[in-house]
Amino acid sequence: MTRAELLADDPLWLILIKAVVLLLIGPLMTMFMVIFERKVVAWMQHRPGPNRVGPWGLLQSIADAIKLPFKEQIIPTTADRKVYFLAPIVSVIPSFLAFSVIPFGPQVSIFGEQTVLQLVDLPVGALVILACSSLGVYGIVLAGWASGSAYPLLGGLRSAAQVISYEIAMGLSIVGVILYSHSLSTGDIVDAQRDGWYFYLLIPSFVIYLISMVGETNRAPFDLPEAESELVGGFHTEYSSMKFAMFFLAEYTNMVIVSMFATTLFLGGYMAPWPISLIGDNYLNTGWWPVLWFMGKTMLLLFVFVWLRGTLPRMRYDQFMRLGWKVLVPVSLVWIVVIAGIRAFRNEPNISTSQILVFGGVALLVLIAVAMLIPDKRARAEDEYLVPVTGGGHPVPPLDLEVPKPPKRRSLSEAKVARKPAAVPAGQSTSDTPDKESE
Amino acid sequence: MVSTLWSNAVALAQQPPSPVQPIQPPSGPSELGSYLPIVILFVLAAAFAIFSVLLGPMVGPQRKNRAKTEAYECGIEPSPQPVIGGGRVPVAYYLTAMLFILFDIEMVFLYPFAVSADALGLFGLVEIFLFIATVGFAYAYVWRRGGLDWN
Repeated sequence: MTRAELLADDPLWLILIKAVVLLLIGPLMTMFMVIFERKVVAWMQHRPGPNRVGPWGLLQSIADAIKLPFKEQIIPTTADRKVYFLAPIVSVIPSFLAFSVIPFGPQVSIFGEQTVLQLVDLPVGALVILACSSLGVYGIVLAGWASGSAYPLLGGLRSAAQVISYEIAMGLSIVGVILYSHSLSTGDIVDAQRDGWYFYLLIPSFVIYLISMVGETNRAPFDLPEAESELVGGFHTEYSSMKFAMFFLAEYTNMVIVSMFATTLFLGGYMAPWPISLIGDNYLNTGWWPVLWFMGKTMLLLFVFVWLRGTLPRMRYDQFMRLGWKVLVPVSLVWIVVIAGIRAFRNEPNISTSQILVFGGVALLVLIAVAMLIPDKRARAEDEYLVPVTGGGHPVPPLDLEVPKPPKRRSLSEAKVARKPAAVPAGQSTSDTPDKESE
Repeated sequence: MVSTLWSNAVALAQQPPSPVQPIQPPSGPSELGSYLPIVILFVLAAAFAIFSVLLGPMVGPQRKNRAKTEAYECGIEPSPQPVIGGGRVPVAYYLTAMLFILFDIEMVFLYPFAVSADALGLFGLVEIFLFIATVGFAYAYVWRRGGLDWN
């Protein structure tokens, strides 16, 4: 039986069990990620990290989760109350819904019922995840707008522009995977990676996906919507108590979702990694074992998130948008054209591989020739930035200004050769002591 | 050889492709029935979110004062907003939103092509080249006019 047929047979109680488990994954992973992130970043910065609550600080996130509901909820008087109330709910629901199409494992038996570790295997599974991550933007924009305050509005706008820009790069990087797997269903994409995982077959797609998944979730070094040095807290500045907790939950759940989606698309999903898959005639690829490999790969990607946050400084907004629109989008479009072309020509019986290579080489030469004809305006545009743009009669020093050396230091450094440490015998005053001058 | 390829492609583009296999519709009991678990998950998630948001004011303290309920502005009097929920928005954001729609639709059209690329063969390849080139012109225009620059 196929995955879809197995899932269609699920009785209602099994669907309910799966839904409740999926609902629990989000908060549990968030609580785990809070302590994991704080500990790892602390070690990278040579600090102990949280170590007061529970053994080795492990209960810190549970303490946080208990604390949040007991905090006072403050609604600013300028807020649009209905939308202000709706925004956190709108933000958190799509992040939970995205779990529904993630394949956690192959066929297993739960209480004697044969099923697959996945809620639904839709023929448009990948689109469901993309749709959910797009819907989450509504929560962010509405939160920023409804707060009736300057900083949340700016943070919400920035965040929306950022998420939709990187959504495009993310969506285009997936096209390569679909070309190879012939399916949008997440279960089929994992099955198609039996002969080789896509992260090395489609390296450019994988790299673009990794970059855009960090931009998509507003994480460092792309955490511009929450740039605390510019925007206080971003779109959730005016939120407190459980409403803030909902945004927090949505952000971390989205991180888990994009990591799980990356695992599904590029890292072979729930399949065991290479040396382990050889043990015992593929025994470790059956039953409940694959959940372990799936979670392991997800953890690896979540560690990458923390690693980036611990090492990289935040980007400037214009640099960030330039990376998204002028680098990631054209590179993914060209890459799609290249792999679509290679696949189409390879399937033609009367065209050989050498002909493809010659044709590709000619096309590349033409491209390089065209690129050389385009005048290079970039350098001049960069120079304009160096000119101090003050205007309005402010004194601007000339660009070729040579700063003169401070005279005092020069005289001291020249005099250094001649100077000798004064040898003052005890109890005897020299010529430049104050008591001599006072005479 | 290039010319043979080109004429090949043109010929393929001119005649309707006969050998395209129809894409098989997904086999399942009923189309909408397979979405039922998502609806269940949606209901559970919505219940969880609404319950959590309502829990805050129920168990948390309520000690309001005027300074607390003012909009945050680093301790000074907040600058007045023209309309409730903020005023004007920089036009660059609208441009980004329009570009997003353009490219999102391009992306959505690329997905069906990618699913059935092998069945469509060279005909599909030429068609998708033309499609990407069409959007590419708009993209080059926006780039050239500085629509992608942020200052």
